[in-house]
Amino acid sequence: MTLDFSVVTDAWQSLAFGALGTLFLAIAGMSIATVIGVLGVAILRAQMRVPSFLVTAFVEVIRNTPFLVQIYFIFFALPLAGVRLNPTITAILALGLNGGAYAIEIIRGGVESIPTGQTEAGLALGLHKHEVFRFIVLKPAIRAIYPSLSSQFILLTLTTSICTSISAYELTSVGQRIEAETFRSFETYFTLTGIYLVISLATMWLLAEIGRRAFNYPQR
Amino acid sequence: MGPQEFAYLLQGLAWTLVLTAMGFVGGIAFGIIVALMRVSQVTWIRMIAIGWIGLFQGTPLLMQLFVAYFGLPLLGFNLPAWAAVGIALTAHASAFLGDIWRGAIQAVPRGQTEAAMALGLHTRSLMIDVIMPQAFKLSLPATVGFLVQLLKGTSLAAIVGFIELTRAGSIVSNQIYRPLLVFGVVGAMYFAMCWPLSLWGRNIERRMSAGASR
Repeated sequence: MTLDFSVVTDAWQSLAFGALGTLFLAIAGMSIATVIGVLGVAILRAQMRVPSFLVTAFVEVIRNTPFLVQIYFIFFALPLAGVRLNPTITAILALGLNGGAYAIEIIRGGVESIPTGQTEAGLALGLHKHEVFRFIVLKPAIRAIYPSLSSQFILLTLTTSICTSISAYELTSVGQRIEAETFRSFETYFTLTGIYLVISLATMWLLAEIGRRAFNYPQR
Repeated sequence: MGPQEFAYLLQGLAWTLVLTAMGFVGGIAFGIIVALMRVSQVTWIRMIAIGWIGLFQGTPLLMQLFVAYFGLPLLGFNLPAWAAVGIALTAHASAFLGDIWRGAIQAVPRGQTEAAMALGLHTRSLMIDVIMPQAFKLSLPATVGFLVQLLKGTSLAAIVGFIELTRAGSIVSNQIYRPLLVFGVVGAMYFAMCWPLSLWGRNIERRMSAGASR
C-alpha cells in the first residue's frame, strides 16, 4: 500500500476553487431557502385551506424523500418544462427547495414560540396584521431559531456534495475529476473530507460569533 | 414502465432496507458506546467521543462512504460493496445516535443521579437501571427522526455504484427514457417508507410534551 498525495497537492488550485463553489452553492441555496421559509410560514398563518395544504404537502414530501432523488427529478423535469439551466443553477434551485422545507418547519417553530398575548397587544395598539408579523413576531422569532437555522446551514453546506451527481461546480465534482484523471481515489476523497471538515468547523465558529454579537441584548 | 422494471425497483428497495437496517442496528450498538464515552468523567475518553461525533457531523455522508469504500481495501480488507457501505453507515449512525443519546442522558434530571447515589447504587446500576431507561424514552423522537435521515442517506450509496433504490431508478430511467415517471415512483417509494416513521416520531413527541406539562 503506497499513498501518493502529490496528485492532490498538485491540484490545490482547482480544489480551492471547488471549495469556493461549495460555499457559493450553500450561501445561494440558503438564501432561497430562507425566502421560501418566510413565505411558507406567512401562507400557513393566513389559514387559507388550499394554500396551507399545499405548503404542508411540500414540506412533508421534501422532508421524507432523499435529496438525491429530488435533484434528479428537478434536473430532468426542468428541460421537459422548457427551462434550460446549467447544472450549477439547477443545483442551487434544488438546494433552495430542499432547505426551504426545513426552513418552514424551523421558522414555524420560532413563530409559535411567540406568546399570542404579544400579537394581541400589537393588534390592540392599532398595528396592521403585516406590521405585527414583521416587528412583533418575526424579529424575536429569528433570535429564537438562530441556532437551528445555523445548523441547518451547516447541513446544507454538507448536502452540496450530492450536487456532484448532476455535475454542478463544487468541491466533490472537482474531486471526482481529479480521481478520474489520476486513479488516486482514496487520497482524493480523504483530502476532500478534510477540506469539508475545515469548512464546516470554520462556518460553525463564524455563525456562533455572529449570533453572539447580533443577539447580544437582554432576553426579557 | 413494465412489471419487469417495477420488480427491479422493488429489488433495489429491498437493498435500501437492508442498508438502513445494517446502519441502524450497528449504529445503535456503537452509538451506546459513543454516548457513554461522551458523558464519561475521564477527559481523554470524552475527547475521543467529541472528536468522533464532530468528524461525522462535520463532513458529508457521501465523503464518508467514499473514504470507506476506497480506504478499507487499502487497509487490507477485501470487502464486497455492501459491507463497505454498511460499515460507513454504521460509523455515521454511531456518531449521530451517540450525540442524540448524550443529550438525552444529560436531560435526565440531576436529582435522579443524586437519589440513586444516595441509595448507594453503583455507577453501573445507576446508568443501566436509573438513567438509561429514562434517557431512552426522552430520546425516542430524535432517534426516529434520525432513522428517517439514515433511510434517505442510503440513497448516496448509489453514487458509489451500489444498486439500491435510487441507483435502480437511474438504471431503469436510462433504459426506458422516462426519468420523471421513474424518479416519481422512486420518490413515492421513499415517501411511503419515511412518512409513517416521521408521523410516528411526531406522535411520540406530542404525547411526551403532553405528559411533561402535567
